[in-house]
Amino acid sequence: MNRLALPMIRLDNLTLGYDRHPAVHHLSAEIPAGALVAVVGPNGAGKSTLLKGLAGELHPIGGRIVLPELPAGGLAYMPQRGEIDHSFPVSVFDVVAMGLWHEIGAFGGLSREQRGRVRAALAAVGMAGFEARPIGSLSGGQLQRARFARLMLQDAPLILLDEPFAAIDSRTVDDLVELILGWHDEGRTILTVVHDLEQVRRHFPTALLLSREPVAFGPTAEVLTPERLARARRLSEAFDEHAHECHIEELTVAVAPDVGTHPHTHDDGHGHTEGHGHAPVHPAAHAHPAPRPRRGLPRH
Amino acid sequence: MFDLLISPFTEFAFMRRALAGCLALALGATPVGVFLLLRRMSLMGDAMSHAILPGAALGYLAFGLSLGAMTVGGIVAGLVVVFAAGLVTRASVLKEDASLAAFYLLSLAAGVMIVSLRGQNLDLLHVLFGSVLGLDDASLLLIASIASVTLASLALLFRPLVMECFDPAFLRGVSRWSPVAHYGFLMLVVVNLVSGFHALGTLMAVGIMILPSAAARLWAKGLPMLLLLAVLFAFGSGASGLLLSFHADVPAGPAIVLVCGVVYFVSLLAAPGGLLAGRLPVRHHLES
Repeated sequence: MNRLALPMIRLDNLTLGYDRHPAVHHLSAEIPAGALVAVVGPNGAGKSTLLKGLAGELHPIGGRIVLPELPAGGLAYMPQRGEIDHSFPVSVFDVVAMGLWHEIGAFGGLSREQRGRVRAALAAVGMAGFEARPIGSLSGGQLQRARFARLMLQDAPLILLDEPFAAIDSRTVDDLVELILGWHDEGRTILTVVHDLEQVRRHFPTALLLSREPVAFGPTAEVLTPERLARARRLSEAFDEHAHECHIEELTVAVAPDVGTHPHTHDDGHGHTEGHGHAPVHPAAHAHPAPRPRRGLPRH
Repeated sequence: MFDLLISPFTEFAFMRRALAGCLALALGATPVGVFLLLRRMSLMGDAMSHAILPGAALGYLAFGLSLGAMTVGGIVAGLVVVFAAGLVTRASVLKEDASLAAFYLLSLAAGVMIVSLRGQNLDLLHVLFGSVLGLDDASLLLIASIASVTLASLALLFRPLVMECFDPAFLRGVSRWSPVAHYGFLMLVVVNLVSGFHALGTLMAVGIMILPSAAARLWAKGLPMLLLLAVLFAFGSGASGLLLSFHADVPAGPAIVLVCGVVYFVSLLAAPGGLLAGRLPVRHHLES
């Protein structure tokens, strides 16, 4: 299972946001392979934004994200509210089988063994016997279980879960947490947005406390202290329509060389040069051949 | 009975051609209509049918009533509108329906103006209402080819398309098929509307796509059954509409669409997903 040994996420002074307003502001962190990280913080703290950035759905407006080279389908991202169309006439089996996309692609058929794995995944989330049910007949908790079964089949070394426990009853949450802990034991790297701090303290060894600014990152007990939580609450102020340009000094970030030989970089995509204070300096991208930005160098 | 149902087709070649055309439309256009319906784009089909008008009209203006010119013109106009609307949707704050509405309205206005520049009302009627009873070999071949291409493309695109309809975010996460499925499907919509417009005209081509699909949706729980039923409904309505047109001496295109409408209303009343299903005295509910 050397697929599972790979990930290690490096965030270099990362700023993500919408319309130049940062939602995640100057975040630098190194997430080791195999970590189980709870991303916590008040509403509007940038938790979902961070996951979107990691999943490649949002380009950084400053800094960058360095991921190791993952195999195809090596990153599984479960958004908070999928764009799932519940009225679509597909069965639970079909939905879970979608998790095998990286094996069967657009045209491949399901082998007997793969069908068995789909059924096993459904059984593992406590939904054996639901194979033929239309997806629209499931309750919220059952649908979430089915999404977890699909995720299980994706067999990804890096898993991003955005509020997987929102509006789910406690028994289902317990079952889902068990699954996540199982994936952790298998060595997968997992980032989960969680709101219930008790749950975080009980199950998650590492926590990242965000409030647009990074507040703390490390062992959960050291992160979730009353002082730090209070600071996170203070920081979570409204999006200021007329915010001034940010002029935090750019750090010249040294590059950790052992990230993998050909890391992917979600390069800062657009427009950060026009007056946005923290146009990142990328000495590393010029000097070292190792971290190869995917889409060209920053424009100046 | 034989005289009523069979002999019109055995005696008259134009009826046989029309029947073959209906079969091709049912096999090609109707499955596309099922996906339009499932993607909540039923009205978009209508918009697209207007968008192909100026292309067909330009072809007509330049080359007269030429099959090839009108077909190519229609397809080009449809694709231009689809891709322009897609571009505007991605790059601006407008949603897809708004950007599409803007383009198809312009396209329709241009089309009507072009048709009126040169042409008698008769020609306009042909473009708007088609001529399923006047299909010549070339048109029939065109409709059949488009149906074949559509079936083959749907078979290739089936899995990505289902995922794109059901959970586009997931498809984007695991592959790059999402835009291929989306735009590939829209291209199928355009070519099938052009194919339908030869037989039924621009305005009614959408009828044979959406009405049988909506009727079938009321009966079927699974996608394969839905597709099968929709095709059967479409072909059945096509044959019945032709007979109605033959015996009652009414135009064939509207007759076919109206029969589709009858099937739809019957389904609406009788089908498990219809109006009455929830209001009738129920059988005992199940234990679990």
